[in-house]
Amino acid sequence: MADLLSAWRDPELAKHLVELIAEAADRPMKIMEVCGTHTVAIARFGLREVMPPNVTLISGPGCPVCVTANRDIDFAIEIGRLPNVVITTFGDMMKVPGSYSSLSREKADGRDIRIIYSPLDALKIAETEPEKQVVFMGVGFETTIPTIAVTIKEAKKRGLTNFSVLSVHKTVPKALEALINDPEVQIDGFILPGHVSTIIGPEPYRFLATQYHVPGVATGFEPIDVLQGVWMLARQIKEGRAEIEVAYRRGVNADGNPTARALIEEVFEPSDSDWRGIGVIPGTGLAIRAEFADFDAAKRFDVTPPVPKDIPGCKCGSVLRGVILPFECKLFGKGCTPEHPIGPCMVSSEGSCAAYYRYTDYGR
Amino acid sequence: MCLAIPAQVILMNENQMAEVDIHGVTRTVSLSMTPEAEVGSWVLIHAGFSIQVVDEEFAAESWELIKQIEWDDGDMAEVGADATEVGV
Ligand code: SF4
Repeated sequence: MADLLSAWRDPELAKHLVELIAEAADRPMKIMEVCGTHTVAIARFGLREVMPPNVTLISGPGCPVCVTANRDIDFAIEIGRLPNVVITTFGDMMKVPGSYSSLSREKADGRDIRIIYSPLDALKIAETEPEKQVVFMGVGFETTIPTIAVTIKEAKKRGLTNFSVLSVHKTVPKALEALINDPEVQIDGFILPGHVSTIIGPEPYRFLATQYHVPGVATGFEPIDVLQGVWMLARQIKEGRAEIEVAYRRGVNADGNPTARALIEEVFEPSDSDWRGIGVIPGTGLAIRAEFADFDAAKRFDVTPPVPKDIPGCKCGSVLRGVILPFECKLFGKGCTPEHPIGPCMVSSEGSCAAYYRYTDYGR
Repeated sequence: MCLAIPAQVILMNENQMAEVDIHGVTRTVSLSMTPEAEVGSWVLIHAGFSIQVVDEEFAAESWELIKQIEWDDGDMAEVGADATEVGV
């Protein structure tokens, strides 16, 4: 709490916002923060603890590596076991367990797995090591997807024959619809992800409000931003309104970033995607278009991974749907800690379990 | 995984690439998503790409928050030193 007050840019404004939230929250409200970065900010600044009794903040599926299904990780691992293959990926993906192994374990076993900072780095590797097949495991939401689209276009332009992408990308809006339709989950409003919204703008979420009467507010990552977002949601719920609003005007234009969206559209087409804990959600994946099929690792490599299996005891799937809070998992803080993680929600720095464990007293 | 870090464009290169300054660290990034960016523009950087042009005040605020959140643990310290990013 001491942290909380010193960290707030303007403690007076923050206090005032908490009062406004309490005033608006005239009934119990469950508000889901979709984004992993919001989860970390909320835990770090203790925002969950200062909410009035009527407001419950629950974490959602917004950690891209956490929602990657075991079978997709297994598939990447199987490709990585082929001779002369280099698997490249973002650092967050390395330790995430699949059914039987993880990329970091494969690396320890001698496979060529490399962490890169930008997908363009994978192109460089492909150019300097032409005898290798360089595969980029593409994980991420709308923020990241255009960067992969540019990379694939660039590979085509340079005529590379040893570069491909395993696309396990996911798009956010329809996943939120799946949560609304999930009878186990109750959500009265969404704090929408800031930087996904930077790309897509508020429009793609509109149907959540019009069809399902669930409001959403896209907001930034400052404590004040988050509180403002919660207040705007509480006000909407109290007034019986359901709208998609933006509390992050500095980072989100009304139209998002149309150039980035055109790049996604050019290279990818919607497909189905398997979300850990949620299952297959139609239209939330992105397959590489036929025109760029030469760069599609799923088409280039004919591998059959073993039948996937769940991690025993791990409730990450329920955590990602907001059905349980991390400390309600029996392993939380016992068998499962950031030092010895069992499931992806504890592995990833922005997984809900990791955020709860690092910044709260639960499970100690 | 999608937090973006503010930076200032300091030099334009060929093929929509540019040098940016991220709090004293120079990085080469792609401007293909923000073709309107020019030398002096503040941009948000994610995975080696500029994803949005922003104003300077916003850039300064974001950086403060990133420092507070990410310097806390090992992974994040690495992330920060490398000027990469996390988040959605
Ligand atoms: S605490 Fe560990 S085992 Fe339990 S849900 Fe979270 S990641 Fe899975």
